[in-house]
Amino acid sequence: MATEAQALAGDWGGGVHPYRVGHRKLGMWLFIMSDSLTFSTLLMGYAYLRASNVWPTPFRFYPSIVFSSVMTLVLLSSSLTMVMAVSASARRNKSSARKWIVATALLGVTFIVLHAIEWKHLIDEGLRPFQLPAEWVEKWPGATPLFGATFFGITGMHMFHVFTGCIYLLVVAGRVKKLKHEDVEISGLYWHFVDLVWMFVFPMIYLLSVYPKK
Amino acid sequence: MAEATHPEVHRHPAPTGFIRKYIFSLDHKVIGIQYILLALSAVVVGMIMSVLMRVNLSWPGTHLKIMETLFPQGAPGGVMTPEFYLSLVTMHGTIMVFFVLTTAPQGGFGNYFLPIQIGADDMAFPVLNMMSFWVTFVGFLVLLLAIFAEGNATVGGWISKLGESFAGGSGTVGPIGGWTGYPPLSALGKIAGPGQGAGVNLWIISIAIFCVGSLLGALNFITTLLNMRTRGMSLMRMPLTCWAWFTTAILALLSFPVLLGGGILLLLDRIAGTSFFIPGGLYVSGSTVPLHNGGSPLLWQHLFWFFGHPEVYIAILPGMGATSHILSTFARKPVFGYRAMVFAIFAIGGLGFFVWGHHMFISGMSPYSAVAFSILTLSIGVPSAIKTFNWLGTLWGAKIRFTTPMLFAIGFVSLFVAGGITGLVLGQTSLDFFFHDTYFVTAHFHLVMGVASIFGMFAATYFWFPKMFGRMMNESLGKFHFWITFLGVYAIFVPFHAMGLLGMPRRYASFGEYEFLKNSHSLVLFVTIAAIITVAVQVVFYFNFFWSMFKGKVAGDNPWEATTLEWTIPSPPPHDNFAGVVPVVYHGAYEFSVPGAPNDFIMQTEPEGVALGAELGGASGNGGNGHKA
Repeated sequence: MATEAQALAGDWGGGVHPYRVGHRKLGMWLFIMSDSLTFSTLLMGYAYLRASNVWPTPFRFYPSIVFSSVMTLVLLSSSLTMVMAVSASARRNKSSARKWIVATALLGVTFIVLHAIEWKHLIDEGLRPFQLPAEWVEKWPGATPLFGATFFGITGMHMFHVFTGCIYLLVVAGRVKKLKHEDVEISGLYWHFVDLVWMFVFPMIYLLSVYPKK
Repeated sequence: MAEATHPEVHRHPAPTGFIRKYIFSLDHKVIGIQYILLALSAVVVGMIMSVLMRVNLSWPGTHLKIMETLFPQGAPGGVMTPEFYLSLVTMHGTIMVFFVLTTAPQGGFGNYFLPIQIGADDMAFPVLNMMSFWVTFVGFLVLLLAIFAEGNATVGGWISKLGESFAGGSGTVGPIGGWTGYPPLSALGKIAGPGQGAGVNLWIISIAIFCVGSLLGALNFITTLLNMRTRGMSLMRMPLTCWAWFTTAILALLSFPVLLGGGILLLLDRIAGTSFFIPGGLYVSGSTVPLHNGGSPLLWQHLFWFFGHPEVYIAILPGMGATSHILSTFARKPVFGYRAMVFAIFAIGGLGFFVWGHHMFISGMSPYSAVAFSILTLSIGVPSAIKTFNWLGTLWGAKIRFTTPMLFAIGFVSLFVAGGITGLVLGQTSLDFFFHDTYFVTAHFHLVMGVASIFGMFAATYFWFPKMFGRMMNESLGKFHFWITFLGVYAIFVPFHAMGLLGMPRRYASFGEYEFLKNSHSLVLFVTIAAIITVAVQVVFYFNFFWSMFKGKVAGDNPWEATTLEWTIPSPPPHDNFAGVVPVVYHGAYEFSVPGAPNDFIMQTEPEGVALGAELGGASGNGGNGHKA
């Protein structure tokens, strides 16, 4: 039937899925487009505010840069395990797919735990959404409290996405026997997107604010 | 992969219980009607507010008992305070833009007719569809709470339990920041004065909720349209309504997340003490604002208008689609230049993302940026003119059937031109310097995005009512409603231009104290009387709507002799639209008066060869299949 329709009018003639993807996958792509604009909003706002202010660059090698690099590594590895999960699912090896998805979610949890510890370091130092530690104010006179606001706002928003992603993955892992391959792929799309966002957040928030060598 | 021809027909069986059938329904038709009813309720609130504002402008100090009861402090003794006037401005704008102009055209008619017009049995994600309506509904309730949170001590008392920054019942009024909610005042909280307390928090939360609902709706619309077109329904055979809803959904998908991001930042400023939109050393209400510095109110303007400008196209594009559709049907002619119409819709939508700066000409931006924004803004005139001339081309030489939906569609064209032409004036930096924040701007956007969109929706209502409810709306009442409303809105908004030329500023609660406006009082009075008459006439529409639902003349399947798929099925349509049959499409959407054909219209489902001259129809530029292999 589909071939007849295609002969009639090609991919766009109706009666076929023009991108060869089901509703849910297309819906996820659209959600990703939209969500990436939410993150762009936050990152553009960050760039705008950073450019117009005295901005502290407080991240020392230890703990912040070490932690954030390890977090990046964890998240990148989780993308790899996700690829393994999708590949296992493509081979209809559901139990292997389940293991890889659980591994991905565990790496996600590791990321959140490391990030929470990293947050705690900064909070202990005195960083708040509305103020800088007194020490930083001395070091960078006139620095804006927006450092804390953008830091907690953007990394918090990202962490929220990782958190929902972990729950999503665990649900997929639990029901993987009942789900189609495409549904595993869709959860993979979301997870890779969350990783990709971190690849913008990490350099923009962390690497641009490395403590100056002097 | 390619076995994908509606594998999921009958995905959900027809519901039986009342709640699943009418309240938490998954049926796109029920959800569409829910959206329409939400808009019909919201618009009443918005209209009452506009009348209250007009009354205050014309007869300051008017005593209204009901105001005293509802807002004992916002309107002490039943007399409106200037702050209360501002909160009416805010609520009127927000309710109308979000809960009327965004819900009815897209959520309402789009939901109901997009799946049917492309031959689908439902939307791609029925559960998301239901959620998007209920999320929007909650957003509306939260918005209504906003005006009471501060204007009414009882409601304010409940809200105060949410915490210090929600401490309402301050005895003042609801949010007063306007629908644009400009910081820094909107970001500071209660210290910024009356009307900047709990009400603004609720206002932001309501809009954030609305953004989520719209996003769910938008991705549903796009997926449905791309994936669920029936066999033969190529893109260039789609009715222009579908193109308009599709473009609108893309705009919503890409602009609402930006508002959502901005709204989150604004809320953080208010409740977490951040300074995204608050600069340092701000002097407000007699003291310097402590602890904040480094933020930029202009950042909010950029984020807001990056959303805000596409939003005005979200409001009007569905009206354009409906107008094109209805003009062609009642002119009994193909839409003039179908392809040009499609490209014009896309051009308007696409350019809409690059013109947000024209709302900010007086913000102190570089004159070079202003010129760039100005040129881009004026270039939207090109696709708009293409649409207008194609509408006129559709009407040219036609034997027009002047039904009520046709009158409203023609009214749409008239209002779109009248309101659009002043866009060319305001889009020029040097002129905008004078007109900014005057009634000239109010006149412009009310005509072009407010009233024109509403006329598009009136046209759609009268046109599709027989399909939705199986009965015709009363034509005499409809025509009466049209003429008074049509003359009424011009009587209201044409004088607004004159007021703008006089320099009358927007959002002022009274003009009595200004020497240069002393002579314009008769103009203000005239507008108020016209507004009261126009609003009163809407009662006729509501009566017609609900009366016809039960007592109207029974409509057949195709009372207007139209060609698109919704007219091939019974009125009202069965639960899965096509009763299990997958329709096949052989024709473009607007094959009217095809030479050699037995009727003056060819249904899209009429098989090739049965109707003579189908080839001629396809070749005449009215949407023949553009993808012949």
